[in-house]
Amino acid sequence: MSGIKQKSLDLYHWFDRRLGLAKPITEAAEHPIPKSSASWWYVFGSAAAMIFGLQIVTGILLALIYTPTAQHAWTSLIFINHNIPLGWFIRALHGWGSDFMVAIVIIHMTQVFMFGSYKYPRELTWIVGVFLLLMTLGMAFTGQVLRFDQDAYWGLGIGASIMGRVPWIGGELVHLMLGGPIIGATTFSRFFALHVFVIPGILLALVAVHVWMVLYLGISEWPMPGRLVRRSTYIQEYEADIHKDGVPFVPDAAWKDVTFSAAIILAIMACAFFFGPIGPSGPPDPTIIQTVPKPDLPFLWVYAVFALAPPALETPLLLITPIVVICAMLGLPLYAGEGEKHWSRRPVAVLMVSVIAVSLSILTSLGQHPPWSPVMDAWSGDAVQPKYLKGRTPLQRQGALVFQQMQCRNCHALGGLGGQRGPDLDMVATRLSESELIRQVLQGGGNMPAYGNALSPPQVTALVSFLETLNGNERPAQNDVRRLMQSESAQSPGHSSDESQ
Amino acid sequence: MKKPWKDLFKNPIIENPLDQPSEHSRRKFLFKVAVLLNGAVGAVLAVPVLGYLLGPVFKRNDSYNHWVPVGNLDQFPPGETRLGRYRNPEGTPADGQTRTLPCWVRNIDNTRFQVFAINCAHMECPVHWFPQSKLFMCPCHGGVYYQDGAVAAGPPPRGLYQYKYKVAGNQLMIWAGELPTLSTQASIAKPGSKTCLG
Repeated sequence: MSGIKQKSLDLYHWFDRRLGLAKPITEAAEHPIPKSSASWWYVFGSAAAMIFGLQIVTGILLALIYTPTAQHAWTSLIFINHNIPLGWFIRALHGWGSDFMVAIVIIHMTQVFMFGSYKYPRELTWIVGVFLLLMTLGMAFTGQVLRFDQDAYWGLGIGASIMGRVPWIGGELVHLMLGGPIIGATTFSRFFALHVFVIPGILLALVAVHVWMVLYLGISEWPMPGRLVRRSTYIQEYEADIHKDGVPFVPDAAWKDVTFSAAIILAIMACAFFFGPIGPSGPPDPTIIQTVPKPDLPFLWVYAVFALAPPALETPLLLITPIVVICAMLGLPLYAGEGEKHWSRRPVAVLMVSVIAVSLSILTSLGQHPPWSPVMDAWSGDAVQPKYLKGRTPLQRQGALVFQQMQCRNCHALGGLGGQRGPDLDMVATRLSESELIRQVLQGGGNMPAYGNALSPPQVTALVSFLETLNGNERPAQNDVRRLMQSESAQSPGHSSDESQ
Repeated sequence: MKKPWKDLFKNPIIENPLDQPSEHSRRKFLFKVAVLLNGAVGAVLAVPVLGYLLGPVFKRNDSYNHWVPVGNLDQFPPGETRLGRYRNPEGTPADGQTRTLPCWVRNIDNTRFQVFAINCAHMECPVHWFPQSKLFMCPCHGGVYYQDGAVAAGPPPRGLYQYKYKVAGNQLMIWAGELPTLSTQASIAKPGSKTCLG
C-alpha cells in the first residue's frame, strides 16, 4: 500500500516539477479572508461560476447533435427531445440553467451592492461584473434565438424593430443585426456565432479577470455600521483584520460555497426533470401567423414596458434608458467608492433595490399573463354565458351574437372570460348610457377602434341593446338613472319643459 | 461635498530604471519599429475583416428589393383581404421555412389593391385580419389597424407598412425583399408609388 502511495507522490512531484502550479493554487485556495466573510451570504458568485460550467458542458453536449442552420435547427431540437436518449433532459438542464444563471447573477450583484462591496479598492471588480451581467443577458437572448421556433423568429423582429428606431443609422443597424435585409439563414448563423464563440469567449476572459481580482484584493469584509471606507486607510485596516482573525478560504468559507453550488445544481436538475425542456414552440414558419410571440423569462419585463409605456415616450425610453442604466451601474463605484458600507446607513441604496425589485417582479408577472394583449380566439372560443342571455329579448340576443362576431370579446371580458385589453363589460350599462354606448361603438376612442365602418345600423342597435342589459342585475343601468334624474329635475320648479326631455 | 473622483486614479509614480538614457539601445529601437510594423499589418488586416463584417451595412438599401409574385389574382377576391405568400427574392435553401413570407393583400375593387406587411409597425409581430370587424389585430401589445392599414388603437407609431405592387398578367407582384422597420420602410412605400389607396 505504501508503495502505491509513494508512486502516486512521485508522479505528483514529476508533474509539479514541470507545471509549478501546486504552490500558487494552494496559496490561492488557502488565502486568508476575514472571518466574517465566511458566510452564507457570500456564496452567489461561486454558484454563478458553477452554473456557467454546467452551461458549457450541457452546451457542448447539445452541440454534438444540434444542427446550427436556419433550415434544420428546429427539427434537430425536436429530434434531441424525442429521439436521443435523455436528449430532453440535457436540453432541459441547459434551458433551466440559463434562467438560474440570470437569477443568481442578479442576486449576486444585489448582495454586492447592499453590502457596499463595490467600494474601494474593488471598483473595477464591480465594473467587470456589470459586463458579466450584460454578457449573461446576451447569452440568454442569443440562446432563445438558437431555439429557432416561432418565439425566436418574432423575437428577432422585436430586436430589429428596436434597432430600426435608432436615429440616422437605424437601417444599417437592422441589416447588421439580421446579416442582411430579412430574417433568414445569415441571421441565424450570426446568433449562433455569438452564442457559441463570441460571448462565451468574452465571458470566460471576464470571469478569469473577475476571480483574479477577488483573489488579489481579498474578499470584502462583512460591513459594520459606522466603519467607513477611506482610500488612505482601507488597505491597512483590511490587512490588520486578516492578520487578527483571518481564516483560510479553503476550507472555512469554501465548504459553504461548495454546498450551495451543489444545492443550486440539484435545483436545476429538479426543474429540468419535473418541468422538462423549454420549447421549442411552433416551427419558425412566418406564414403560420396563429402565434402569440413572447420572450423568455429574463426579458418578460421588457415586453411589459413596451406595452405600458406611453407610445410617444417609447423610442426615447427604449434607446436612452439602457444607456443611462448601464452608465449608472458602471459609474456607481467611481462615484460612491468611499464611505459607509452597511445597508442600515444607506437608505437610498435600500430604497433603490426595493423599488427595482418590486418593479421588475410586477412587470415580469404582468408579462406572463399580459392584460394588454387581445385574446385572439376569445370571439370564437369563449361563448357568452347563459346568465347573460336568460330572459333577454330576441334583439338583445342578436346583440350578443354581434358582440361575439365582431371580436369585441378579444379585448373585453364577460364573466371573467375574454381579453383584458379593454374594460370588463359585466357592468358597462351602469357606466355608460345608451347614447354613450352608441357613440363609443361607432367612433371608438380611449384606445378602442371605431366600428362605424364594420357595423350596419341594425347591428349597432342590437349590440347596444345587449350591452344595456349588462348592469350586473344589481344596480340600475345608467339610462334608468339618467331618466330618473331628468324626470326629477323636470318636476322641480324653475326648469323649463324642454330641459326635461 | 468633496469630489470623489478627484484623486481616483492617482498612483505613485515609480521610476523605471529602463528609462535611463543609457538604456536606449539599438535593440529597444528595433523592438519599437517591430511593434509599429505589427500595428500597420494589423490595420491593413482590419480592412477586409471589417469589410466582411459590415458587408450588410454597405449594400445599397434598395438593391435588396425585387418584384416577386404573391399569387394569382383569383386568390384575392374583390372587397376582401387575404393572406398572400411570397418567396424572399434573395433567399437561399439554407433559409428553410423562413424563406416564404406572408403579407396581407386587400383587393379594393379589382383594379386597386393594398398589400400590407405582416409586421406590426410597433414591434414587428404578425398582425391577424378579422374580416367580420374589418380590423387587423396584433397579438403582442394590442395594436389595432383598420382595413386600410391606418392605426385604430394601441401603441403602433404608424399605420401598417405597405408594399408597392403591380399586376402582371394574372399575377399580383410586390416590390419586396426587406424586413420593414421604422428605418427601412423607405424602400417599401416610396412616395408616388401605387400604394395607400384606402
